[in-house]
Amino acid sequence: MQKLLSLFRSKSTLRSQDARIAWLLVAPSLIIILGVTLWPIITTFWLSFFVAPTGLNQVRSFVGLGNYLSMLEDVAFWQTVQRTLYFTVVSVSLELVIGLAIAQLIHSRPFGWKLLRFSLIIPWAVPTIVNGAMWRWIYSADFGALNGILYQFGLISHYVPWLTLPDAALNLVIVADLWHTVPFVALIMQAALATLPEELNEAAAVDGANAFQRFWLIRLPLLRPAILIALIVRTVEAFRVFDIVYIITGGGPANKTITISYLTYLFSFSYGKQGTGAALSFLISIFTIAMAILYIRFLYQPEELQS
Amino acid sequence: MSSRKMLGKLGLSLLTIPVFLFIFLPIGWLFSASISTPVELFTVPPHWIPLHPTFQNYMDILLPGMAASSVPRTFAVALYNSIKIASAVTVICIFLGSLAAYALVRIPFKYNRAIQIAILGTRMIPEVSLVIPLFIIASSLDLINKPIVLIIAYMSFALPYTIWMMAAFFQTVPIELEEAARLDGCSRLGILFRIVIPISIPGIISTTMFVFLVAWDEFFYALIFTSTLAAKTAPVAIAEFIGRYTVNVNGMMAGGILAALPPVILALIFQRYIVSGMTAGAVKG
Repeated sequence: MQKLLSLFRSKSTLRSQDARIAWLLVAPSLIIILGVTLWPIITTFWLSFFVAPTGLNQVRSFVGLGNYLSMLEDVAFWQTVQRTLYFTVVSVSLELVIGLAIAQLIHSRPFGWKLLRFSLIIPWAVPTIVNGAMWRWIYSADFGALNGILYQFGLISHYVPWLTLPDAALNLVIVADLWHTVPFVALIMQAALATLPEELNEAAAVDGANAFQRFWLIRLPLLRPAILIALIVRTVEAFRVFDIVYIITGGGPANKTITISYLTYLFSFSYGKQGTGAALSFLISIFTIAMAILYIRFLYQPEELQS
Repeated sequence: MSSRKMLGKLGLSLLTIPVFLFIFLPIGWLFSASISTPVELFTVPPHWIPLHPTFQNYMDILLPGMAASSVPRTFAVALYNSIKIASAVTVICIFLGSLAAYALVRIPFKYNRAIQIAILGTRMIPEVSLVIPLFIIASSLDLINKPIVLIIAYMSFALPYTIWMMAAFFQTVPIELEEAARLDGCSRLGILFRIVIPISIPGIISTTMFVFLVAWDEFFYALIFTSTLAAKTAPVAIAEFIGRYTVNVNGMMAGGILAALPPVILALIFQRYIVSGMTAGAVKG
């Protein structure tokens, strides 16, 4: 009995010792993360109730929900939301379709499939800003490659200032973004395809399913988890798009490529209205937190669920 | 292989051509611009392959001091700043992040799960929602234009990212190994440093590469917090010169290529870690 008791005691001290070690290990990271995320987001939320001119020692005045209300009445705000949703939906769906097609192509083992898989890493690793600068130069009105190619093939008779066309600019930004993001989706999908059991596919082929049916009815449902990861990650990223717009169009022409992150940046750092900027950025957070809930639902699987 | 099957394979192989073109034409064009002389760069229609290629633009950046224009000088300093900042962020994150990740994965304690969810949640907060308070406090502490401000700000995405990725890798270490070591009287930290970390070396390499890449890629904070050569990173330098025809455009293109080289080379060297890292971290788009 004595022995059992001492065993019990040593086990419980071991556990409390463990907890102490755990806190020691977690504390530095936790303090830093809380300091650079939790504290700022609370401050942002607080700021969104004030008229807050940019700069130090400026007087702030409390306006309650004023910043939110004036924004919701602003036509430009709704146009920006619409534009951002357009960017998100178009780019994410194209990424998924093209990425999946490239993954399936690699999976079919054509000549040079290894080289293709290797090459996809390059556009994925090129920094967003370099990618944007490259495409801006491709679209250049005076000396760009797009004009050069179209001109040499006789498709245009004179150079076109592509990025000044209000209806084309946002789509051109999407193409530039695809160059960087399609490889990400293709690599994830290709890896997922490689883990699928071939037997199922072969059995379906024996039963007379054609290639399209096999892909649509067998592969695609099995790819669901990979597709979900790509879909959620890319939706969150696309909705916040800023860098590539900043570098390619700077929001132009005539504000036709301003996205919601860009608008927030303008309010906070160009128009000197940090309160409005804070309110806007808080709305972006709400959207991404909604996405985060989905994310946790689908990706966060505690061990008890797995076993 | 039957001739019919061969024909099918050839047909499939033809389909890879547009993909290769989409990947390499833009880079080829960028590279061609970077080795052109200004005269050749501004020709209509363009010279796809420069008649008089020159590596002067690269030399000007890599061997500063002899450069005439301000573009190469700026790039030389900005690339150095980028290396310094991304490396510091990577080292701090890997060190602190792996300690935290181990505790979260393997030590049961109160609030463990709450902390895990909170860390995943912070990954979803956009930079734009954090930047105003960070900017206000950085200005009042006189930290604007200092590398340290970017290193601290980058923790907001890099540290949660590291913890999440390392946790995914630590989870794959067989728990029996740890239990055996505990029975032999090994302490928690002993287990971490002698068993878990050595086994997880591939995961650590993968995480290191990803963290370096996201820190190198970062633009928004760098744009807000830096404007002088003291801390300006390569993406900010590119953004500053873009669209100004008065500046040395081909010098800028060479700068762009040089800024792309470190992440591209790292990614190609460690390519076999990329996909596992993408799914473990599932963050860099």
